[in-house]
Amino acid sequence: MKTLLSGNEAIARGAYEYGCVFATAYPGTPSTEILENIAKYKEIKSQWAPNEKVAVEVAIGAAMAGARSLCAMKHVGVNVAADPLMSFTFMEVKGGFVLVSADDPGMHSSQNEQDNRNYAKFAKMPVLDPCDSDEAKQFVGEAFNISETFHTPVMVRTTTRTSHGKGLVKLGEPIERKVSGFEKNFEKMVVLPMNARKLRVYAEERLRKLETFAENTNLNFEEPGEGRVGFITSGIAHVHLKEVLPTAPILKIGMPYPLPINKIRDFVSRFDRVIVVEELDPFIEEQILAAGISVEGKNLIPGIWELNPEIIRDVLEKENIISKKERHESQKSDAIPRPPVFCPGCPHLGIFHALKKAKAKIITGDIGCYTLAAIPPFNAMDTCVCMGASIGNAIGIEKATGSGKGIAAVIGDSTFTHSGLNGLVDAIMNNSHITIVISDNSITAMTGGQPDPRTGWDLHHRENKQMDFEIVARAMGAEHVFSVDPTDIAPTFEVVKRELEADHLSVIISQAPCVLYPKKVKRPKFFTFLDNCTACTMCSRINCQAISRSDELTDKGRNKWQINVDLCTGCGLCIQMCKFDAIRPVSGREE
Amino acid sequence: MGNTNILLVGVGGQGILLASEVMSEVFRRAGFDVKKSEVHGMAQRGGIVSSHVRFGEKVYSPMIEEGDADIMLSFELMEALRWEHYLKPDAFLATSNVRMVPPICNSGKIVYPDNTAEKLEEIRPEARILDIESTLREVGNSKVTNVIMLGVLSTILKIPEDSWLDVVKEAVPAKLVDVNLKAFTAGRAFMTKN
Ligand SMILES: Cc1ncc(C[n+]2csc(CCOP(=O)(O)OP(=O)(O)O)c2C)c(N)n1
Ligand code: SF4
Ligand code: SF4
Repeated sequence: MKTLLSGNEAIARGAYEYGCVFATAYPGTPSTEILENIAKYKEIKSQWAPNEKVAVEVAIGAAMAGARSLCAMKHVGVNVAADPLMSFTFMEVKGGFVLVSADDPGMHSSQNEQDNRNYAKFAKMPVLDPCDSDEAKQFVGEAFNISETFHTPVMVRTTTRTSHGKGLVKLGEPIERKVSGFEKNFEKMVVLPMNARKLRVYAEERLRKLETFAENTNLNFEEPGEGRVGFITSGIAHVHLKEVLPTAPILKIGMPYPLPINKIRDFVSRFDRVIVVEELDPFIEEQILAAGISVEGKNLIPGIWELNPEIIRDVLEKENIISKKERHESQKSDAIPRPPVFCPGCPHLGIFHALKKAKAKIITGDIGCYTLAAIPPFNAMDTCVCMGASIGNAIGIEKATGSGKGIAAVIGDSTFTHSGLNGLVDAIMNNSHITIVISDNSITAMTGGQPDPRTGWDLHHRENKQMDFEIVARAMGAEHVFSVDPTDIAPTFEVVKRELEADHLSVIISQAPCVLYPKKVKRPKFFTFLDNCTACTMCSRINCQAISRSDELTDKGRNKWQINVDLCTGCGLCIQMCKFDAIRPVSGREE
Repeated sequence: MGNTNILLVGVGGQGILLASEVMSEVFRRAGFDVKKSEVHGMAQRGGIVSSHVRFGEKVYSPMIEEGDADIMLSFELMEALRWEHYLKPDAFLATSNVRMVPPICNSGKIVYPDNTAEKLEEIRPEARILDIESTLREVGNSKVTNVIMLGVLSTILKIPEDSWLDVVKEAVPAKLVDVNLKAFTAGRAFMTKN
C-alpha cells in the first residue's frame, strides 16, 4: 500500500522505520513539519531545541550515547549550527547521526538562498539529495547506515518542493531501536589539538572509503534512455527533467558528495554531450570538471532560484534536444498586489503603532511575523539580517553614530531565546543606550505555531517552565525593564515614547497572545456602526486587515470605514482609535 | 494517458490546503499516481496561496507548467485573474465571486476594480463565476469555500461522488461534517443546475 506523504512526513516516517531513537530541531520553513511528524511516533524521543546550534549539540550527545539521532533545520539553521558540526565531522560517530537541511531555492520564506550541499563538502561529510517523498524516506535509512558503517555524520538535503510536495510512499516495518550507551573515549571524543590532529587524518581516510562506496552504492544509478545527449541529475531537478523528457538517459546522483567519479567518467564517455541538471550551485558540475571530465551545466541551467519543468523545457528546446512544444503563450493579467500582512488583531500591530507614533528614529528588526512591519503600509522596520541580529545591529548603529536615543531593536520571543540573548549581553557589556522591544506573543508564530521557552509547554504539550523575560533581563544587568500590553494603546505609547527618549538601556516586553497559535483566540468581536462613522480614517491607521473602505459615503462623499466581522478577532485596538462611537461590540448590536 | 493538472488559488486562511489534500487522497484511492506542491509564504493569513495538484498514470514533477493547467479553482475573484495565465486555452476555470480587498488598498492609491469579473470574462469567456458569497450565507458557515469547490470539481471528473464524500467526511472535524456535506452538495448544484 502506498500513502500520500509530504517530503517532511516521509522523513519522519523514515526516522520511525529506520530505528531513530532521538530527534530534535529548531523550526524553520520548509523543515518544520519533520519534527512535528516525528513527534507522532511515540517510539522516538523528540524535542524542540532553542536554536540550531543547540539542536546539533544535543543530537551529537545522543549519537555519542550510541543512539541513532536526527536533527532537522532550514538551510540558514546550518549556519547557526556550523560550529559544532565542523568539529563533529572529524570525530568517529557511534550511533547514526543524520542532519536534515531543508533548503529554500527561490526564497519562498527565507532571507537568503544557499545551497547546503556545499556544507557537506566543507565539513567532509556525505550528503544525500532525494528527488521525491519516497526517496526522502528511503534516504533517511541509507543515511543512518552510511553514518554507522563509516562513522560519519550524514546530511540529507531537501528543497522546498521535496519538503512540502506530496507524493506516494511505500511504507515499511520499523526496525529495532537500540542504544549502546556512552563509553568514554578520550582520543575520539575530546577534540584537543593532540587528538584532533589524528582525527583530521582519520576524516581524510574516511572520505577515501566513502569515494569507493559512492562507486558501488545504488544511491547513484543509471536510467537508460534514448539519444546522444546524456544527463546527470540530483534532487528535485531529476523529476523536472523526467517530466520534460521521460526517455532521457540519466545518471541519477542520490549522493552528490562524494561523487562516483569513475561511474561518471564511464557515463560521459558514452554520449556526445552530457548536461548536469541541478538546482542552485554547480555543485556536482564543478566536482566533475575538477576531475578533468567535460560536462555542461550552468552554462545552460540557471544557478539561482528554483528549477521547474518549464525552465528545463526552454533549455532543451533551445539546444534542439527536444522539439518545440505547442504552448499556450498567455499574458499575465493585471491583478492588484496582495503583499503578506499581519493577521487581524495581531499583537505586533499595537507595538508597531506605538513605535511609529513615538517617532522612533531607527528600528532594527529581526525575523518573525513582525518582520511584516517592514513592508507597506507600515514601513516601520529599517533593517533585517538574520535571527537575533536586531540587537547587535542597533548597538552598532548607536556606537557608530554616538547616540542610542530613538533607536529601537524589535525582536520576537522565539528569536530572543534563539540568539537575541547574546545581543542583550553585548548591550550590557558595552553600556548600550538603545531600546530593546521584545514583541512577545509567547509562540513561534511565523513557522506555524511551535512552542518556545515562553509558551509553557513542549513539543508533546507537556507543561514546562515559562521563562520570565523580565527576570532574565534584570538578572543580566538591564535596569530599565518594563512590561506592556500592546492592545492597550495609551500606556504602551507612554512607555515606548519615554524609553526611546531616555539615555539608558531599556528593555520593553510587549506581551499579548498571537491570535492564531496555539489556538485561535476567541474574543468578543467588533463591528462598525456606519451611521456614526465620519470617515476620519483613524481606525485604518491600525492597519488591521479586517478594516477596509465601505461602499457607504459621508455627505462629503468620502468612504466610511467598515470592519469585516468574519475576520475581526476582537483585539480592541481600533475601538480605542475611534472618537465617534462608531466601533461597537457585536454583542451589543441587537440592543 | 496525459496527466490532469489542477491549480487551486486563493488567499491564506481560505482552506486551500485542505481542498488540495482531499482531492489528492481521492485520486490516490482511485488508483492514480499523484503529486502536489505548494509553498508557505510569509503571512499566516491574508497572503497569496496557490497549490498544484497533478494526477494520472505516472506523475514526475509536482509543479504545473505555466499555460498547462487543465483546471483552476479560484477561491477569490482577483486571484483568478492573477493566475489565469497558468491555464490551457480550453481549460476549466471556476472562481468564487468573493472579493477580499487587501489592506494595501486602504491608502486609496491601489483600487480593487469593480469590473474584475467582467475583465476575467473578457479574457476567459468560459469562466464560471460562482456566487459563493450567497452560498456561504445559505450554508451558514463562512469557511467552507474549499468544500464547495470540491463539489464543483467532483462533477467534472469521472470519479464516483461517494469517493469524494468518504474523504471529505474523514478530513473535517466530526461536528462540521453536516455543514461540509451541505457545502459539497451546493458545489455540485452549481454545475448541474443548468
Ligand atoms: C537561523 C534561522 N532559523 C530559523 C528560521 C525560521 N524562522 C523565521 S522567523 C522564526 C521565529 C519567529 O518567532 P518569533 O521570534 O517568536 O516571532 P513570531 O513569528 O512569533 O512573531 C523562525 C524560527 C530562520 N529564519 N533562521
Ligand atoms: S478589533 Fe479592530 S483592530 Fe482588532 S481585529 Fe477587530 S477590526 Fe481589527
Ligand atoms: S500568526 Fe500570530 S504573530 Fe503572526 S501575524 Fe498572525 S497573529 Fe500575528
